[in-house]
Amino acid sequence: MTRDIICTACPMGCPVTVELGENNAVLSVRGNQCKRGEKYAVAECTNPMRSLTSTVKVKGGVNPLVPVRSAKPVPKHLMLECMKIINAAEVAAPAAIGTVVVENILGTGVDIITTGSCPAKE
Amino acid sequence: MLSYDLVVVGGGPAGMAAALKAKECGVESIVILERAETLGGILQQCIHTGFGLHYFKEELSGPEYAHRFIRLVEENGIDVKTDTMVLGISGDNIVTAVSHDEGITEITAKAIVLAMGCRERPRGALIIAGTRAAGVMTAGTAQKYVNLNGYMPGKKVVILGSGDIGLIMARRMTLEGAQVKMVCELMPYSSGLSRNIVQCLEDFDIPLKLSCTVVKTHGKERLEGVTIAKVDRNRKPIPGTEEFVECDTLLLSVGLIPENELSRAMGIELDSVTGGPVVDESRMTTHTGVFACGNVLHVHDLVDYVTLESQTAGEGAANYILGKRGEPAYAQTKGIDGIRYVVPQRINTHCDRNVKLYFRVGQTYKNAKVYVECNDEVLVSRTRPKLTPGEMEDILLKKEEIGELSAGAELIVRLEVQP
Repeated sequence: MTRDIICTACPMGCPVTVELGENNAVLSVRGNQCKRGEKYAVAECTNPMRSLTSTVKVKGGVNPLVPVRSAKPVPKHLMLECMKIINAAEVAAPAAIGTVVVENILGTGVDIITTGSCPAKE
Repeated sequence: MLSYDLVVVGGGPAGMAAALKAKECGVESIVILERAETLGGILQQCIHTGFGLHYFKEELSGPEYAHRFIRLVEENGIDVKTDTMVLGISGDNIVTAVSHDEGITEITAKAIVLAMGCRERPRGALIIAGTRAAGVMTAGTAQKYVNLNGYMPGKKVVILGSGDIGLIMARRMTLEGAQVKMVCELMPYSSGLSRNIVQCLEDFDIPLKLSCTVVKTHGKERLEGVTIAKVDRNRKPIPGTEEFVECDTLLLSVGLIPENELSRAMGIELDSVTGGPVVDESRMTTHTGVFACGNVLHVHDLVDYVTLESQTAGEGAANYILGKRGEPAYAQTKGIDGIRYVVPQRINTHCDRNVKLYFRVGQTYKNAKVYVECNDEVLVSRTRPKLTPGEMEDILLKKEEIGELSAGAELIVRLEVQP
């Protein structure tokens, strides 16, 4: 069986064909133009991962929200579950960039960190 | 009257990169004028990742990408005036700006960098019949509501236009609990990046309807639905294909327009295809001492390329201020046979540097060969496995090749599709 996917490791978007054997074992990867493409294609067929970005409420800040992201990609099927936890989270102002908001989300080993800052309201 | 060597209009990624490069090249007195409360421009609301893969070799969110440049602007002691809107620029480079704190200010400048970015094409520019119910807005407006203000604009969403902002908002609205029913695209292809089609639509099973548009909106106070229809090859709705889709929100992602009111009022020549100024390889416009870079010049798909282009403009402005610029002798560039536009539109044949020509194609091509020719002689040719309208391309012209051009020469960039 083969699977055609578009590599999203970078904006090039190479069309990649993955040949799969029994139990989704990857037999070959064609069409990628770099090593990252091969890695992405294998992961996409075995354990797809996604960067997750959202916002978190700020208490006492000049802005109501601060942007956050997963420090590393999380399993694709857990994205909506992660959103429930992110939507319930709150940080106190002042919030610096890179602050951990949720530690080890859903036991994935991945932290949710702020990607912006928010000064406290005076 | 205030006086600076360089005035940069706009504090987004383009303005910041141009100012930083000019500083690095030896310009001491620089000010950035920014209309919003903070530097960073539209990056501040682009909380998704995918920025910086080329420039920083890592994947950053918009605010993180902006943050790196904001810190450099602070460290380099570049003056910044936020909440300050430029109203006009006179022919002898006097910038008039207005702000709450300082009222109307006039600033004289030796050189000016225009970095005002672009804005979204609004509903009024489309011809959609129907009421003026609440719930119809541009995708960028919705992005600001959701990501900066913390409001959800609706629960059942149809998106018209599959540009990147539309795709990004399809995912964002879904993650925040809305039901995104479909993305309609007038063209037979999406102009969005492939990664966004995969990660924003396919991941969430959101249908992408190609050759399809919205022909009518329904509802009085609040949007209650839209009528969609298939379009023919001439992009005209096909009678009988209409379908009602219930929704309370219609997001428009139907193109970006460089924001050139200031440039136009100054009499700067604009390119009718890009919507931005005509520039040379240093990004100087047809008005001596005035440079342009970023989305005000032509709409980019990646901020990384905005940064690189703005560094070119910043260096160009520095050379102009420091008197390192001789009299130019220009050759013109022109795209034909599938090449929609070429930036820069002219090249100083005395520039003594390699010049990248940036271009966009009008449709998708596979196995195409790009030629740069002058008087029927091929200067460069490159094969590209795939060219799409959504992705900007470039081709390098070596300084030796430029040096041999004569003033007034026409450089033709054209495509040949391989069988």
